[in-house]
Amino acid sequence: MKDANQKRAIAKDTAFRWVAFACTVLVLGVLAVLLIDILSSGLGRLNWSFFSNLPSRFAERAGIVTALAGMASLLFFTIIIALPIGILAGVYLQEYGTRNRLARIIEINIANLAGVPSVIYGILGLTLFVRTLGMGNSLMAGALTLALLILPIIIVATREAIRAVPGSLREASYGMGATKWQTTRRVVLPSALGGILTGIILALSRAVGETAPLLVIGALVYVPFIPEGPHDQFTTLPIQVFNWTSRPQAAFIVNAAAGIIILLLITFLLNAIAIYIRSKWYKKIHY
Amino acid sequence: MNYKLQARNANLWYGEKQALKNITLGVEPHTVTAFIGPSGCGKSTLLRCFNRMNDLIENARTEGEFLLDDKDLYRDIDVYDVRKRIGMVFQRPNPFPKTIFENVVYGLRINGINDKRLLEEKVEWSLKSAALWEEVKDILHKSALALSGGQQQRLCIARAMAVEPTVLLMDEPASALDPISTAKIEELIYQLKRNFTIVIVTHNMQQAGRVSDKTAFFYLGELIEFDTTQKLFTNPEHEKTQNYITGRFG
Repeated sequence: MKDANQKRAIAKDTAFRWVAFACTVLVLGVLAVLLIDILSSGLGRLNWSFFSNLPSRFAERAGIVTALAGMASLLFFTIIIALPIGILAGVYLQEYGTRNRLARIIEINIANLAGVPSVIYGILGLTLFVRTLGMGNSLMAGALTLALLILPIIIVATREAIRAVPGSLREASYGMGATKWQTTRRVVLPSALGGILTGIILALSRAVGETAPLLVIGALVYVPFIPEGPHDQFTTLPIQVFNWTSRPQAAFIVNAAAGIIILLLITFLLNAIAIYIRSKWYKKIHY
Repeated sequence: MNYKLQARNANLWYGEKQALKNITLGVEPHTVTAFIGPSGCGKSTLLRCFNRMNDLIENARTEGEFLLDDKDLYRDIDVYDVRKRIGMVFQRPNPFPKTIFENVVYGLRINGINDKRLLEEKVEWSLKSAALWEEVKDILHKSALALSGGQQQRLCIARAMAVEPTVLLMDEPASALDPISTAKIEELIYQLKRNFTIVIVTHNMQQAGRVSDKTAFFYLGELIEFDTTQKLFTNPEHEKTQNYITGRFG
């Protein structure tokens, strides 16, 4: 009797292990298939002219220079807008704000904002920046929209990084007669910098991949010039890829695959930098 | 009597709970005074009243007078000035994740002193006073976190001294250290009283006996006995003091 029970338990144990293993393989397998598929169709298309050419209606001549330039300038303006606001808001909420019911409600809402579907931000951007403020489908309208999108991520990351700074360091600073601002600027922020930086890069890597909000505010799919200022129209790499995949010709699908490879590389690179900085910072803080 | 530091009818509450009950005590200049007593007796709380670190605790409320020389620490001097004149060393070494040099000059930099010569002089003086100079003079621009626990604590003492306070408060400064580092800190405390007035909270009664001139025994927020260290440890007036120092409770 006992023997049968034990056998069943062992069988269940083995079964569980295999199911868990199968799930892992399934996930990795799907990822591998995606990568192999993309690489096999797109890798051959990657050459210098693909980077330097303007978009074209002939797939062989089409390049991503405007998409890359658009994306770089979009991220530049996004960071300039979101960084100071996000960090200062995070500092205020964590170091200055009082702990009451209102603070908790704000806290939860900011966390919720980080999870709002990006297309909603697109609609907000369309109403506020493109129409009400009359910016049109310009780079600035896109940057402001993306800034709104990544602000909650930066705020949450800043707060968490600041929270990780040991209270004993603040005491040491206050104990010598430092003001709150001196303590924040000279002790808390430098100690939290690694964590804040990690959050910023992760926010950026999210912004890199965003397509939906930019489509909503009217980023163009065909832009034959490199944007020269914040009022110019623009396109980005994900939009370019989106456009190519919707074309009927097979050659454009190859272009799309090549574009996806570049996009994946950028995202991987940003994430790798973030992980590196975080691990270095973590060692510095936990002594 | 001419006191450096005084508490007069001091009371303190954390919310509803009274942590200090009507404490009056005076600390003479250039002496070491030890606060002893079981956990939760109020000795650290009283120490932190003297440089207003309790202000940082949201629901803490103080009553009574705390004086530095003749000035009321809560009325006559602003809080930042109080903490510059009355330095503090904490239980666990808490150097900033900066270089040794930048740790020592922190208090000077927040006062707007950036003259390189002056900073270098202060660093040398402070580290020598903290008996750390010989060990770190060649690695001043390396991270303070690379030092041992005992060295870090002496660095924290040097950092507190760099702004030249007249009083140093030490909250169990050796409790996180090994016996050799502890001996060094005690030796240092003995030397420092030439320049500073020192108040030290300690759990270790041998330590209180070794380093202090006067000792105050606290129990449940009250000051039970305050006398010369020799008198308090050899012939205490109160039974509670007697029981505590002989290890019958606490």
